[in-house]
Amino acid sequence: MVENFEPNIVVFACNWCSYAGMDLAGTSRIQYPHNLKVIRVMCSGRINPVYILEAFANGADGVLVTGCHPGDCHYISGNYKTRKRIILLERLLEQFGIEKERLRLEWVSASEGEKFANIAKEFVEQIRKLGPNHIAKELRKEVAVV
Amino acid sequence: MVEDEEVRIGVYICHCGLNIASVVDVKKAAEEVSKVPNVVVAKDYQFMCSQPGQNIIIEDIKQHRLNRVVVAACSPRMHEPTFQKAVERGGLNPYLFEMANIREHCSWVHEKEKVAATEKAIKLVKAAIAKARLLKPLKREKVNVIPRALVIGGGIAGIRASLDIANAGFEVHLVETRPSIGGNMARLDKTFPTLDCSQCILTPLMVEVSRHPNVTLHTYTDVVNIDGSVGNFKVKLLKKPRYVDESKCTGCGTCITKCPWTAPSEFELGLGKRKAIYFEFPQAVPLIPVIDPEHCMYFQKGTCRACEKFCPTKAIDFNQKPEEIELEVGAIILATGYSLYDVAKAMPEYGYRKYKDVITGLELERLVSATGPTKGHIVRPSDGKEPKKVAIILCVGSRDEKHLRFCCRFGCVAGIKHAYYIVSHIPDAEVYICYRDIRTFGKGYEEFYERIRNYENIKFIRGSPMEILQDADGSLYFDVFDANTNRIVTLRPDLVVLETGIVPHPTFKEVAKILKCAVGPDGFALELHPKLRPTETSVDGVFLAGAVQGPKDIPDTVAQAGAAASSVIALMSKGYVETIPYVSSINEDLCSGCGICQPLCAYDAISLVKKEDGKQVAKVDIGKCKGCGVCAAACPSGAAQQLGFNDEQILAMVRTLTR
Repeated sequence: MVENFEPNIVVFACNWCSYAGMDLAGTSRIQYPHNLKVIRVMCSGRINPVYILEAFANGADGVLVTGCHPGDCHYISGNYKTRKRIILLERLLEQFGIEKERLRLEWVSASEGEKFANIAKEFVEQIRKLGPNHIAKELRKEVAVV
Repeated sequence: MVEDEEVRIGVYICHCGLNIASVVDVKKAAEEVSKVPNVVVAKDYQFMCSQPGQNIIIEDIKQHRLNRVVVAACSPRMHEPTFQKAVERGGLNPYLFEMANIREHCSWVHEKEKVAATEKAIKLVKAAIAKARLLKPLKREKVNVIPRALVIGGGIAGIRASLDIANAGFEVHLVETRPSIGGNMARLDKTFPTLDCSQCILTPLMVEVSRHPNVTLHTYTDVVNIDGSVGNFKVKLLKKPRYVDESKCTGCGTCITKCPWTAPSEFELGLGKRKAIYFEFPQAVPLIPVIDPEHCMYFQKGTCRACEKFCPTKAIDFNQKPEEIELEVGAIILATGYSLYDVAKAMPEYGYRKYKDVITGLELERLVSATGPTKGHIVRPSDGKEPKKVAIILCVGSRDEKHLRFCCRFGCVAGIKHAYYIVSHIPDAEVYICYRDIRTFGKGYEEFYERIRNYENIKFIRGSPMEILQDADGSLYFDVFDANTNRIVTLRPDLVVLETGIVPHPTFKEVAKILKCAVGPDGFALELHPKLRPTETSVDGVFLAGAVQGPKDIPDTVAQAGAAASSVIALMSKGYVETIPYVSSINEDLCSGCGICQPLCAYDAISLVKKEDGKQVAKVDIGKCKGCGVCAAACPSGAAQQLGFNDEQILAMVRTLTR
């Protein structure tokens, strides 16, 4: 484990369930690590896997994708599409040399502020153990050589 | 705004009093972001959402020729519309605005990490700026609101809401799953704290709503599907067959007198019997009987037909089929109410359903009711004798980690009222109320409690029984530790009344699934905001009335029903809603017509069309598109984009947060 390593984690959250759940964590003053920064989209189904790859390529140490629970999607089935995409992407990540544990998909409902805080703590610990994402540095090196 | 005009951004960091400023160094944040390219002004202010705060934005737009605005404050789910309106008043398109959430997502969750929280806040604001730079003006379309409402649930909440909407001049369709409206309130004998007769105040409203020219009642009917959105919902109802022609039936009740078959009455909670053809209860609205095929000999064995024979208007119709009803409505009120917690199953220690003389508070209401199974005499279900010693147990299932964490909000005062029932019917009876805390928060409740406390034969024991047991002679007994006297008391009551907790009515679960509206951890409907928007749901145009949102007593239920009704009336009086602008859009030059997006769309909003030059492209029907962005995420060429959430904008945020 790298000492004093503060992971940088990008979180994608759907507007209706997960973002609202994170708001609830705030209103309830449930404390969690500062390493996560949220990007809001209307539906988790909007999350193009390219965004996740771009995050890793730029040096994100972890990416957390959150959406409504199965069956609860505000847009009927967007979260099912997300689930399929994430499963496929996990396989690809390994091929890119990125540990698949750096990517996580979680269902967080509008009432699960506490659950989100727990996921946040757990995920930050997991990424701490994995250490920094080296892919970004290596990519930059390659670009420099070219 | 001209496309290639220079981007000039104003950034505003809100202190939110001390909510943000006590954790995030707002001055430093403003200073840091002022260095970001395109940022023309960066300011911090105590309350950005206040009038003076909004005026700063409006003034700056004019003075600094701003064409983008970023506010870093609370959640956009809270104040995005406030600031969009301010931006609009400043003369800009409201969608040239972006918000950074540095309160719920930062200062409130990193209270002890001021330095890290400040850094995070700066990053979040910078990401918002990166997106703001790429924002484009968006348009909202106006959609007419169908001036007709659907109210689901015919209890006091649904009745009150329907009447309010109907009295405002709008059409209402009131749907009730049972054969009569009235709900749980129709079961009560008296209502606390005034002890007025429940039926006397409810039945006039039931009659009024059924006769109102603007109200259509759909009793014995379920909601099977709802499509569409605010202003234009398409509703499918399924009317269950009564096997009685409503247009012919006069409600004379001859069929019921002649019917030789009986079954336990649902309305009497199994304490009494009804016929196989029955009225839900004597004051049922509409006063039209229903045949229960499970207990009707004609349906079971093909014989009898007594009801048909004696019906003077030939209203019996054994061939009636379920009927589908389609409706178009502009708004919906959920008023599905509550059910009692299943104590028999979840809490066997109380012996409910095992011992006949353990009953619920609602069952006691039926025993006290003049129209109830005992014609208003309080007797033990086991032997029909008057109970001389009654134990009333509060908080059965409620405020219990293992069962229901919440307070049922009426059990205490209902229990006190039930003690009053006992002593007023059986003056020499002794009543013991086993309680944990007495909560009498409503108007007049504390005074009522004081009054009942003065009865010498009503005693309060602070404690809950561990287990209700039965002696060899059949009598019930239990031990309870009285925390007030520090003693274990053994009670041998003739009758035990359980003030059980409540859960949402099972129909709510179905409707919530159909509507995709948010449900809280306790299973009740989740309101949009617990204080400021208690009657709204996560689905626009769907409102809440009564216990569907959480436990409520009758005054609170009626108040919320009025509030929900006025929200519906406001929507209909205005006559239109504006659509979401975040719809999908196809760049036809980039589109290869591959069709990947089409089957992904859950709303069937995408079609493949041939252009004049023969090229196949995807086309989005803006009327159907709900703006999820699923198609945009799948488009291999980037031709499909979600307005307000396009690839460039989101990638700009990703890059800002990761570099």
